[in-house]
Amino acid sequence: MLNRKSLLHILMLMVFVLGACAPATPAVTEINILWAQWDPADYLQQIANKYEAETGVKVNIIQEPWGTFGDRFFTEMAAGGDAWDMVVGDSQWLGQGATQGHYLDITEFLVGEGIDKTVTPATLASYGEYPADSGTYYAYPTEGDADGWAYRKDLFEDPAEMAAFEAEYGYPLAPPETYEQLRDIAMFFTRPDAGLYGLAIYTQADYDALTMGVENAFFSFGGQWQDENNNVIGVVNSPEAIEGVEFYRSLYECCQAPGLSNAFFAEVNDAFIGGKVAMAMNYFAFFPALVNPEVNPHAAGTGFFVNPAGPRGDQYAALGGQGMTIISYISPERQEASKAFIRWFAQEDIQVEWARAGGYTCNINVLESDEFLNATPYNAAFAETMTFVKDFWNVPVFGELLLVAQTELGQYIVNGEGTAEEAMNAIAEQHDAILTEAGLKK
Amino acid sequence: MASVSTSHPSNRRHLSDRAILNLFIWPTLILLIAMNIFPLFYSLYLGFTNYSAIARQIPVWIGFDNFSKILNDEQLWQYFATTGRYVLLSVGLQTIFGFAMAMLVKEKFRGSGLLTTLILVPMMLSPVVVGLFWKLMYNPTFGYVNFLLGFTNASAAPDFLAGSWARQSIPGLALTAVVVVDVWMWSPFVMLLVLSGLKAIPDYLYEAAAIDRASSWFQFWRITLPQVAPLLLIAVLFRTIEAIKSFDLVMGMTGGGPGSQTELIAVNLYRQAFQGQFRTGPASALAYIILIIIIAISNLYIRFLNQSRGEE
Repeated sequence: MLNRKSLLHILMLMVFVLGACAPATPAVTEINILWAQWDPADYLQQIANKYEAETGVKVNIIQEPWGTFGDRFFTEMAAGGDAWDMVVGDSQWLGQGATQGHYLDITEFLVGEGIDKTVTPATLASYGEYPADSGTYYAYPTEGDADGWAYRKDLFEDPAEMAAFEAEYGYPLAPPETYEQLRDIAMFFTRPDAGLYGLAIYTQADYDALTMGVENAFFSFGGQWQDENNNVIGVVNSPEAIEGVEFYRSLYECCQAPGLSNAFFAEVNDAFIGGKVAMAMNYFAFFPALVNPEVNPHAAGTGFFVNPAGPRGDQYAALGGQGMTIISYISPERQEASKAFIRWFAQEDIQVEWARAGGYTCNINVLESDEFLNATPYNAAFAETMTFVKDFWNVPVFGELLLVAQTELGQYIVNGEGTAEEAMNAIAEQHDAILTEAGLKK
Repeated sequence: MASVSTSHPSNRRHLSDRAILNLFIWPTLILLIAMNIFPLFYSLYLGFTNYSAIARQIPVWIGFDNFSKILNDEQLWQYFATTGRYVLLSVGLQTIFGFAMAMLVKEKFRGSGLLTTLILVPMMLSPVVVGLFWKLMYNPTFGYVNFLLGFTNASAAPDFLAGSWARQSIPGLALTAVVVVDVWMWSPFVMLLVLSGLKAIPDYLYEAAAIDRASSWFQFWRITLPQVAPLLLIAVLFRTIEAIKSFDLVMGMTGGGPGSQTELIAVNLYRQAFQGQFRTGPASALAYIILIIIIAISNLYIRFLNQSRGEE
């Protein structure tokens, strides 16, 4: 019979042997990715389920409502939390994520494996690179997005409307190629007695909506948020920038459907679906609803066009979309598992499936493929737009810069207070102070 | 049996009255300290630092810088002024309508119980839901408000939440529209408190006044109002505090816009504390300034309340 002491020794030995035989670290069987709560996150979950079927590693897409997405992510990061392995975060977060150490530098991984060459340079720079032109990458461009336009083809192609428009403006009615044409068309279709208005554009005071909307005209008229040394005085308030902002105000004043003084993507889509407007500006990510006949009664007669050019031929669109980033606080094993998922996800055949599911791929070959271009009525416009996107600041103090822009633009465009010049001078002055305090001016 | 009966007193001796007292008090005290008192003092401390909740940097003491910047920020004073206008209009109208409704339902009549219940419904709803519903009702193209006001052409009609009429900007229109909703929602609260005050007034006071041939107006000024005043002041105090902190209704309806027409101080505080800013230090300082204002106003009310009670 073994006495109690011998039994204890044997048990201790067994524990020691088993401990030595066990792998040093447990294999990663699950990856958590945080993203905003919207359709593309569901599409990513569908794709991720295939990854689980192939590798046995379960991928959970954790969805957080847009309103609290940033709050939840950054408060977790401030605590050095490892609740998620990756985040599909906004392009504007890059500076904060990189400089505060939340994001893992994946330059070696992306460049070493040639993944950087598979996506369009504009998306790699916008969603992954920080600082600009540094060649240092923190994210894989996952969901490309930018502003484009939807229009009522049934109105644009109506022979009576076409004849009336040409008689009034001297050129044929067609999707506009310049902002002047866009305003002409918007004014032409503004018929309050018939309950029809020219357009629906962003005006919302919350977060970034108004600024993103204004950027479409601002950039295309030649406006810039900064020069190469991050100077803003004389740049943000340049004559071109002021002209662009004035033009956006003129669109709001002449042709915006009533009731859209605090409008973002939902309100803009609602106005279009409700038949109140002839044209609607929105992110491409929100266009699927417009081609769904169960949602939009005008779905069959809905067309799409890219953001038009400004008076000097410049053509840009405000960037949306997100890149997939690995959180630096997770263990090396989980970091490797996350890289393995990105490696798998970046493959062309998976990107084809991602696009088929409804995701907006940034893969060059997929974007150029006929299958993608013809898959939806808006894909061709999307692929073209992704070659001329521009973004707001993505430095760590972007939130403060954004609040200033939202406040001043809101006062001028929506509230009709002051002039564009006063608004842009105020933005320039306040942006300069914020950037100086943050030590971001070169 | 004997052993069982003797064991009870010895067990009881293990838990003294003092121990039982502690057992009941300390869990509550610990919760109170952890959830209320510590955050209160910690946020006061943060008000003197440059702390950002997302910066992964320890708070750095900067003295009164945050308070000084706030007190010298013209834009913030504009938000305070907007809040002041909102509070005055909103609480003033709620007091008038609440009192009027209480006088109306004080008398028993057929269906008065049902009417009282229906009047109370708005204050039972979530402010965000109320805000979103009224946003739809104010919509100039399909909303009920313009329809009821007789406007059929949206371009020539008021767009309340855009602060414009026939596309011409009307300063203060958007704020007034929000005030209307707040009055609709919270007048019943004033009514409820006033009603309880009215029902507590003894009938003999009115009977005596009637014998003296006092007019209804005289009875109202010399009996009704003084008797109800303490409860009315409590209602006004609660509503003033709530109106200064107003956030959810405004966010749901206008988001602080158009421009900054409805940017109340609590909305701006939210923007500074969250929404990509996370300026935790300055936001804490601003929160304390708002708290001090609320305490000061509350003190004035309480003094007035005590005075009115002393006169009784």
